[in-house]
Amino acid sequence: MTDLIEAVGLEKQFGEIKAVDGISLKVEKGEVLGFLGPNGAGKSTTMKMITGFLEPDAGRAAICGVDVFENPKKAKALFGYVPEGAPSYAEMTPRTFLSFIAEIRGYRGVELTSRINRAVERAGLGGVFDQVIDTLSKGYKRRVGLAQAILHDPPVLIMDEPTDGLDPNQKHHVRELISDMSADKAIIISTHILEEVEAVCSRAIVINRGCIVADGTADDLMQRMHYHGAVSLKVIAERGDAAIQVLSSASSVAKVETLGKPNGHFLLRAIPKQKEMAAAEVAALLRAQNIPVDELYVERGRLDDVFRQITMPEDGGSND
Amino acid sequence: MIETFDNAWIIAKRELRGYFATPLALVFLTVFVALTGALTFYVGNFFERGQADLFPFFAYHPWLYLLLVPAVAMRLWAEERKTGTIELLMTLPITPLEAILGKFLAAWAFIGLALVLTFPIWITVNVLGDPDNGVILTSYIGSFLMAGAFLAIGSFVSTLTKNQVIAFIIASLICFLFTMSGLEMVQSALRAWTPAFFASAISSMSFLSHFEQITRGVLDLPTLIFFFSMIVFWLFATVIAIDQKKAQ
Repeated sequence: MTDLIEAVGLEKQFGEIKAVDGISLKVEKGEVLGFLGPNGAGKSTTMKMITGFLEPDAGRAAICGVDVFENPKKAKALFGYVPEGAPSYAEMTPRTFLSFIAEIRGYRGVELTSRINRAVERAGLGGVFDQVIDTLSKGYKRRVGLAQAILHDPPVLIMDEPTDGLDPNQKHHVRELISDMSADKAIIISTHILEEVEAVCSRAIVINRGCIVADGTADDLMQRMHYHGAVSLKVIAERGDAAIQVLSSASSVAKVETLGKPNGHFLLRAIPKQKEMAAAEVAALLRAQNIPVDELYVERGRLDDVFRQITMPEDGGSND
Repeated sequence: MIETFDNAWIIAKRELRGYFATPLALVFLTVFVALTGALTFYVGNFFERGQADLFPFFAYHPWLYLLLVPAVAMRLWAEERKTGTIELLMTLPITPLEAILGKFLAAWAFIGLALVLTFPIWITVNVLGDPDNGVILTSYIGSFLMAGAFLAIGSFVSTLTKNQVIAFIIASLICFLFTMSGLEMVQSALRAWTPAFFASAISSMSFLSHFEQITRGVLDLPTLIFFFSMIVFWLFATVIAIDQKKAQ
């Protein structure tokens, strides 16, 4: 049994809107799966169904092979969940709040104390252990939510936008924490911050209008970019037209686009016929014509663009 | 079963601690004790009656509960839904029933504490005369049961909205209907345009009629069953409502 999280054909309708329309996924031990998608795409709804908070209209979900709806109590003991906004009881302190969670999770006495201490240490809550949660900064509140989820060291972690609203240092800390824990867990995080997918996720699923529209590693997704493998370059304006001519006549180039003409330069992009085109080839062509190149790089495809291309197909996936 | 009560107890403890995290709980207790005292001595003419009983004290309980119990009940679920902690609570390894029971019992215990704090009145009447302490005890038990029934209604209403003020008003209104339904003026109006059995059915649902019976010292089985089934019914309704409403 390596699939710690499994969802099959999840569907959920809210009134007229089909929030989730047939989502199936599997997450293995050691994987960090990123849920990507625009707001309202169905990321949170999917997570709510996987955690058993929301009953799906169709489909099923299982944690470590335990069905979330047939055996909710057992399944819920096997995962930690950080809901959107990491809610916690504002009038409590991290100490009393985590004691409550630990008690509910069945820990007593020495075990309870050591579990809390470990979670507090991992989440970096030491300094505010006895402060009322309501008075804590957003970053600390988020860490309280995180500490609560990892307290019982569950095999499965599900986090809804765990770094939303945090400053760059806090984001870094949370991502490090996730990476540290990922080896022996299956983790799902939802986000709309694309760099996060590159930073922590071993795989990403793009959800749009309740459906999975892409599934793969961050690299896989970037391959889907229209401009993946294209060569962008900057030449001085006097030789701009010459450069366009040279590149257009090259056999491996499908099209040359002019992106802009800032400060006496031409910004050009050569789109290859095949997916890959050697930057060296472009450079050699231009050098042969004595056209000096100020800048030249191969487009990897930015995840933002992929995201837009996948989730807004009517836009034609046009790049900026 | 034992696990259910274990978990309900853990949740009840958390809730009770939550009540006392702000001065609001102390304000509530003070208001309750002060109001029961004022109503007994000034409105209920405790001294002028010249009788060693606590009838004027208990007679005002249903009317006090109309405002004070919904005030305790309104935050039970409305707040959990508003702050999103319901999502946390309902994804912990507990059943909805355990959560609902825990919260209800905490609130009930809190009202029980308010009742206990009225003991100076009981001391007063025992100093001044020789009351029937059996009747006083059954009246306290009856009052506590009635508070539980009001509270269960409030618990249900609290699941329907994220707005505590709305929860308070609707709960007060429903409690008001259940209190009033036994009064003669409501009954005569009902009898005028509904079949007799309907009017008497409505009357038998009245908290007031059942409570008045208890304050006369009669704590019989039907009355106990009435209040307990009220509590069970409305808590059951809470379970269903939570299931429907939790994610909205």
